[in-house]
Order: sequence, then C-alpha cells, then structure tokens
Amino acid sequence: MTGEERLRLLEEKAAELRRLAQEHDLDLSAELAVLEQKIAALKRSIYAELSPWARVQLARRPDRPSGLPFVQALCAGFYELRGDRIVGDDPALRGGFGKIGGARVALLFHQRGTTPEEQRQSRFGMASAHGYWKARRIMEVAARLRLPLLTLINTPGAYPGVQAEAHNIAGAIATCIWQMLRHPAPTVAVILGEGGSGGAVALAAADRVLMLENATYSVISPEGAASILWKDAKFAEKAAENLKLTAQDLWALGVVDEVIPEPPGGAHTDFLGTVEAVRQAVLHHLRELSTKPLDELLRLRYKRYRHVGSAGSGH
Amino acid sequence: MPIRRDKRDRYVEIEVGAPAEPLWVRCESCGELIFRRKLQENQYVCPRCGAYFFLSAPERVASLVDEGSFEELPPPRIEEDPLGFSDQVPYKERLSRARVETNLNEAVLAGRAKVQGIPVILAVMDFRFIGGSMGVGVGEILALAMERAAEERKPFVLVVASGGARVQEGVLSLLQMVKVVAARETLAQAGVPYIAILTYPSTGGVLASIGGIADVTIAEEGALIGFAGPRVIEQTTGERLPPGFQTAKFALEHGIVDAVVPRAKLKEELVRALSVLAGEG
Ligand SMILES: [Zn+2]
Repeated sequence: MTGEERLRLLEEKAAELRRLAQEHDLDLSAELAVLEQKIAALKRSIYAELSPWARVQLARRPDRPSGLPFVQALCAGFYELRGDRIVGDDPALRGGFGKIGGARVALLFHQRGTTPEEQRQSRFGMASAHGYWKARRIMEVAARLRLPLLTLINTPGAYPGVQAEAHNIAGAIATCIWQMLRHPAPTVAVILGEGGSGGAVALAAADRVLMLENATYSVISPEGAASILWKDAKFAEKAAENLKLTAQDLWALGVVDEVIPEPPGGAHTDFLGTVEAVRQAVLHHLRELSTKPLDELLRLRYKRYRHVGSAGSGH
Repeated sequence: MPIRRDKRDRYVEIEVGAPAEPLWVRCESCGELIFRRKLQENQYVCPRCGAYFFLSAPERVASLVDEGSFEELPPPRIEEDPLGFSDQVPYKERLSRARVETNLNEAVLAGRAKVQGIPVILAVMDFRFIGGSMGVGVGEILALAMERAAEERKPFVLVVASGGARVQEGVLSLLQMVKVVAARETLAQAGVPYIAILTYPSTGGVLASIGGIADVTIAEEGALIGFAGPRVIEQTTGERLPPGFQTAKFALEHGIVDAVVPRAKLKEELVRALSVLAGEG
C-alpha cells in the first residue's frame, strides 16, 4: 500500500467514526483524536518526504529529546534505581519509577548524554551487560508490584566490549526479552531516536510499540549493513532505504502501532511539545491496555510476537 | 569448509569452500593434507592437529541421533523476501543460491528424532545457509519446533550455528528474536526441558535470544560464543582481545555454559543430560 492509499483508508475510517458518533449520539472523540493524529503524521511524512537517510540523521542528533531530562519532564517524581545487584551499574541504561497522569509506572530508558563527558560515560547510549542485567532486575521489581512498564528507547545498539561479553550480554538481552513477554501488567515501548538492533529489542517486546515520526528501528545500522552487504560503508544511504527502518515503513509492516508526530523541523525543535505528544500517546495506550484482564493481555502479547513476519500479519 | 584459527590461536574463521568436493582437503590450521573420507570418519576434526571443521545440518543430525530416527517437521509457509531487499545481489537470488548449495530450504533443519532411544525434537542450524542467519523462515521453524516439543512433551534440543539475524529481512529478523523467546516460554509452561548446544559460531541475535536462555547449555569445543564479533569489538572499542576470547573455554570460565565437550563426545553428553531430564516424575 502506498502512503496515499493508507491515508485515504484512514480518512475514510475517520469519516465513518464521525458518522457513527452523530447517528448514535456517541462520544468517540478519543478514538477520533487518535485517528486524526495518525492522519496528521501520515500527511506530514508523505509531504515532507524526508529520505530514510535524513531521518537516520535526525534520530541520531545529540539534542534529540530523550534520556533523563525527557523522563523528568514526562513523569512526576521520578525515582531512580541503580545497579544490577551482581557487579555494577550502567549509566547508558537507566530506570526506576514515576507517575504519569497520576498512575504509577516503571520506566527503563537509554541515556546517550549531551555533553562530550556525558557521552563518553554513557558510551553514547550503548548499554553493556550490567545495563541489561539491571533492566531485568527493574522489570522483576515492576512485576512484583504489578506496575505497567514503559520503555523509552534511543540507542545505537548494545555495547560490543570485552567486559560485556565476559558478563554475558547476550544472555542479558535474551533474559530481558523473556521478562518483558511475561510481564504481568501492560507494557509500552516508545522509540524516541535510534532503535539499534539487540540493544533496542531487549526493551521493545511490549504490548504496544510507538515511534516518534523521525525515529528509526533496525536490525543493523545502515553503515553496518553497507559494509557487510555492499562491502563499502559508502552505500549506507542505499542500505537505509532497503532496511525499511523508518517509523512510516514499520507502521505499514505492522511492527509499530502508532507514529507520534514531530514538529516540522524535528523533535529537537520542541522538547516540551515532544514530551507532551509522547505523554498523550502513552496514556492513551496504557488506558486501553488497562481494561484487558491479565490473561487476555498475555495472550495478545504472545500472539503479536509469535506471528510477526508470518503470512497474514500486519494491520 | 574449514575453520581457521589466526596466528594467535584466538578465534576461528570460516572459508566458504568450493562447491566441488575434492578427495583431499588441506587443514588450514596445520597444513596437513587429509583424505576426505578419513576426515569424515573423524567427524570433521583434523586427525593431526584437532582443528574443527564445519558440519552441515544433516551431518550434525546424523552425528547426534539414532540412525534412521530423524523425521523432518513439515516446513512452514511464509512470505519470502518481505522487504523486497536488494544489495549487490537481490535477496531472492541469495536465497535460491543458498538452497542449491546446501540442499536445504532454510538455515535450520528441525524434526522428531531419538537420541539413544529418548524421543526429542531436534533443531540444527546450518552456517552454510547465509551464515545460519535468522529471518522469518528460521524463526518460524524454530517456534513450530518448540511448540511441537511442548505439545508432545519431548525435550527440545537446539544446535546453534549462526552469525545472528538475517540483515536482508530488516526489523522483521530482529523481531524473530522475540518470536523464538515467546515460543521458548511455551516450553517453560509445559515444563519441557530445553538443551542448547553452541557450536561455531553462536553469535549475535541468535545467542541474544533463543541461544542464551536454555535450561542446559553445552558448548562444543571449537565453538565461538559471543554477542558481537571479534572484529566489531576491536573496531568499535579499540580494545585488545584477550587470548582465548569468546572460545568455549572462555564461556565456561565466565559462567555462560554448563560444559565444554569435544565433538566426538557430544552425543554421549546429550544422552547424560537427557537421561536425567527427560520423562515425567
Ligand atoms: Zn590440522
């Protein structure tokens, strides 16, 4: 389906909702608002026509809203938990608790840092084994307390280092995925910037996966794909097109539930506006998920991932 | 398809061999010329220096199960090349080439089998097939195999030989990591044991999903076990890799696997684990 066809479909759906609301005197404003948001995002993505490569650059900006400042603006009274309780802590992947719209949630998020010092410390958001073991620990705490889990993803990928391997980073990522699939409360993942391979998917096995309009989500960086498949990093732009890593492409593939619109210049031009858009989207999905009984929630979550990529999946 | 170690005996590398099968092969590790039949009898371990050569999935199956007991599960129907991916070669063409070269449909072979009389569901990955990479096809075969194991209450045995996710299927490959972990949870719910055997190579998205969370994890001597490849680590971090990094022994010493076993003893080891774990009560 092309963008225009998708847009027409959504607009027909919206018209249908408006007709229903009027005919039966129903309040469908919440549903309509969501649909209209989608339409707006789609419109802009069609008309702005940013190339996938341009979006990769936007997603990687150091001033992109994310990390601790984002979490502090997003929720009231953020309380951070530190350490994996085994060997250490990791400044690249952080988490704790906070309140959003009055409701308690557990949070996990990547920290890329903005100053060179911060960036060095947090390895540009590449979390090591400690980070993912800590994430597992925070997921377990959240599970005990039956708290919804919100993850905010912005990472080039998990850290490829000697220490990381010695501390079983692969096992830590696998365990995080497993833990998220079993989480006994609603889970929402938002990809704010870069959703880089294993380091991103470890936090993305959620009931709902949302993406900011210019965020990316990919199995490998375009540069990595270019050097493996084209044997030349100069083909990164071409790889970015082939990988279908934009929010719009992933929405069309059924991998992403909602594309959250950004201001025309990109999320970094309006920090608070971006936080607010993410808050609204998260609240909407959490509200919807909270109406489902736990067994239903787990069943739907299983179904979603069990059939990903199989014939017949998607919107 | 020999495995090669570098001068410091640190890690191994595979040379994708010519399709024709010569009578003699040269061990890239010690230089010895070996009669192919002799090598085969020795389960593709160099009789002179002990270097491990690559095993195809059918060879691996034969080395582990009771003769004639392997019965392949029906292959799933999936949509191929979901992204319409093309690099220097269209992905569809890479797939057909791999099929011709390996005589396999995908990078994993799964079926019912018996190991010294114990019924199991066995899945074996094949590195020759696009690096043993996991895309939708591999994810689907693995998930079906685990579901079958849970249903039939038979232990699930997986032999990993994979470089990671299949790049040509993009994020759909990445999400196969979640799919196989979801299927692994059905094993857990059924109380069915899962034994992983990690071989050369067990890396990337496969190790960071299904390969990393077995109940029992056995490493074959000569395995490469790690999330990131040695070159990626060196290039990204500039770190010097310690000797023996990401070998089976390294994994054992760092608490990542339960045992390191030479190829010739793998079946015996598997039987020892299965005899205790398989069955009710
Ligand atoms: Zn030799």
